Amino acid sequence: MKMTGAEMIVAALQAEEVDVIFGYPGGKVLNLYDAFYDSSIQHYLSRHEQGAIHAADGYARVTGKAGVVFTTSGPGATNLVTGLANAYMDSVPLVVFTGQVATTLIGTDAFQEADIFGITQPVTKHNYLVTDVNELPRIIKEAFYLAKTGRPGPVLIDLPTDVQVAAGEFKYPSTVNIPGYNPTLDGHPVQINRAAQAIAQAEKPVIYAGGGVVISGAQQLLLELAEKANIPVTTTLMGLGGFPGTHPLSLGMLGMHGTYYANMAVHESDLIIAVGARFDDRVTGKLSHFARTAKIIHIDIDPAEIGKNVSVDIPIVGDVTRVLTSLVQKVKGKTHEAWLEKIAQWRRQAPLTYVQAEDAEVLPQYVIESIYQVTEGEALIATEVGQHQMWAAQYYLFKKPRAFISSGGLGTMGYGFPASLGVQIGAPGQTVFCIAGDGSFQMNLQELATAVAYQLPVKVAIINNHYLGMVRQWQEMFYGGRYASVDLQQSPDFVKLAEAFGAVGLRVQKPREVVPAIEKALATPGPVVIDFHVRAEENVFPMVPPNSGISEMVRGNEA
Amino acid sequence: MKHVLAVLVEDKPGVLVRVAGLFARRGFNIESLAVGRTQDPGISRMTIEVEADERTLEQVEKQLHKLINVLKISNLTVEPSVHRELLLIKVKATAATRAEIQHIVETFRAKVVDVALNSLIIEVTGNEEKLQAIQLLLAPYGILEVVRTGKIALLRGAKTTKNGEEQKNGKNVL
Ligand SMILES: Cc1ncc(C[n+]2csc(CCOP(=O)(O)OP(=O)(O)O)c2C)c(N)n1
Ligand SMILES: [Mg+2]
Repeated sequence: MKMTGAEMIVAALQAEEVDVIFGYPGGKVLNLYDAFYDSSIQHYLSRHEQGAIHAADGYARVTGKAGVVFTTSGPGATNLVTGLANAYMDSVPLVVFTGQVATTLIGTDAFQEADIFGITQPVTKHNYLVTDVNELPRIIKEAFYLAKTGRPGPVLIDLPTDVQVAAGEFKYPSTVNIPGYNPTLDGHPVQINRAAQAIAQAEKPVIYAGGGVVISGAQQLLLELAEKANIPVTTTLMGLGGFPGTHPLSLGMLGMHGTYYANMAVHESDLIIAVGARFDDRVTGKLSHFARTAKIIHIDIDPAEIGKNVSVDIPIVGDVTRVLTSLVQKVKGKTHEAWLEKIAQWRRQAPLTYVQAEDAEVLPQYVIESIYQVTEGEALIATEVGQHQMWAAQYYLFKKPRAFISSGGLGTMGYGFPASLGVQIGAPGQTVFCIAGDGSFQMNLQELATAVAYQLPVKVAIINNHYLGMVRQWQEMFYGGRYASVDLQQSPDFVKLAEAFGAVGLRVQKPREVVPAIEKALATPGPVVIDFHVRAEENVFPMVPPNSGISEMVRGNEA
Repeated sequence: MKHVLAVLVEDKPGVLVRVAGLFARRGFNIESLAVGRTQDPGISRMTIEVEADERTLEQVEKQLHKLINVLKISNLTVEPSVHRELLLIKVKATAATRAEIQHIVETFRAKVVDVALNSLIIEVTGNEEKLQAIQLLLAPYGILEVVRTGKIALLRGAKTTKNGEEQKNGKNVL
């Protein structure tokens, strides 16, 4: 069938069963937007392209589908770079369409021309510059396939205006043929046998589960593996919810702000079973000190992650679900009483705690725990980046995957709030909280207009410590308390700000106001911003100081 | 240690930038790089000489595999192979030195490809050592300019590094 390039995109997105798009129009996508004018696909207009791509990212994380983004060329497209890098680091499937100047003008510094194909190469899984409309169906098919399969990631398609209007034959391919792309899905049986043997021999095993478990949907298999052989499980930030945080075998998060017991368990372990994780420096601490007595099994779909940071004894390349399916069958029951008792001792020695006095300042941990209790652990939580993010990771126990949405690899302030809107769009009817910092929220607060426009009932909990708290904590601990450029006293009145946008604003200054405010926000339809004034100089503990081993934690409050 | 990698890539726009960018971004060192078409339409071959220890080399190969346009990577350092590079040298030559230079050229089975009043261009192919040796011997006459193609290499015998059936990503599994 003959169609214009823009019409092909409508037809292709329908074929891919896309029902929402996040975007922002402009001169070089007028044809594209015109083609979508009559389509049934819902377009969400953000207030900044960064907001659009983070929303698409949140949508993708919560649904497991690819998030789709449209922007214009030049500034519209360059505004996506952070969002692409963010999605690339956390392996989030996105298909991003950017307008481009006509092919005849490319390379002439035309109005709103930017080399987005070149700029985004390092932050996409793959990208395309379309120069022939007849290639468009194949390219879109490939883009969705690449974004969603193997190790997922963002794929960008740059669309010159003349390609959008040119007519060509449209036939959407049913298969792809990408000779240079063959992700290994099944683990090697010999390796899986070796892993099962190592598990049988281990006396102090620990499962270290990452985002790969969530992406692969392997939570049930992970639970089976852990319960069958009584192996404690610690997760990364990205892995939260991949194993129920409320389970007796759960050690919570490991790494820089991980629990004392998770880090000690890894440190003293004789077998680490890394599942869909990548030994990030925030997890391992000083590498030469990391898990020196442990054998390492590493299961990951990306062969380049294996052996990148640590040497691995038993590498298994494959999809976590497929690998665990065979591994679980081969693993035999064990009790590990002594090991679990040792871990229980560490847990008793240094639990995650804080003391909220009735008449004192509100503690951030108390706010998070209250949200956890009021929502009965069932809310979807998107976070910004900073101390509040770590407290959310520590004090909200996730029972299920795809419930904790946070910028892990890139640590992008300004991610959480727009992402929470995408989460709400992907999960209508569910309770969505955005746990934000006063600093981070100000990076994309214009999206309040988006939230109000579409009546997305996200509840934003600003953990307002009047500081760039995480940076302040480092300055306090490692720079002699010289607080350089971290003071945020001069912030807007967040209640009035919410009201100005047409949302509801609430302020909390006392501990006893915390729970009622959360309840009130939940009872209020539409978006609500709660400005929780919390203790300004509260620190996140435990903490593994930079360049230290993970057993060398500063335990803070209770130490 | 220096390794010579033969990298088969799809002949698509931007593929050279993708490969070069990957090396720069991840801090891998390219010693030399030669690119050209192969017998298969649509497939180019890059010969990349890289200085790396075992562990870095493994990362180089794995990261290259992640590029969608990369089809196959072979390390030609670990198997018997023929390595060649082409060098053009413009050297000063007077009536007095011309014969001596000609003698060096013959010894190295090189060729004089341009003769001018005060200079010669010499074409020589060979491996690293040979090219270094001739350059060293010509230096006293005054080298005006040197250009090299970068190394290319083929496996010895009938075996080839052609893009085959073999699944590439799982290669480093065991
Ligand atoms: C875009 C961006 N800029 C800078 C940083 C560095 N950074 C990390 S945490 C942080 C402070 C965040 O402050 P806030 O949002 O108030 O959270 P808090 O730590 O106070 O809870 C900063 C500046 C970052 N992660 N992202
Ligand atoms: Mg703050």
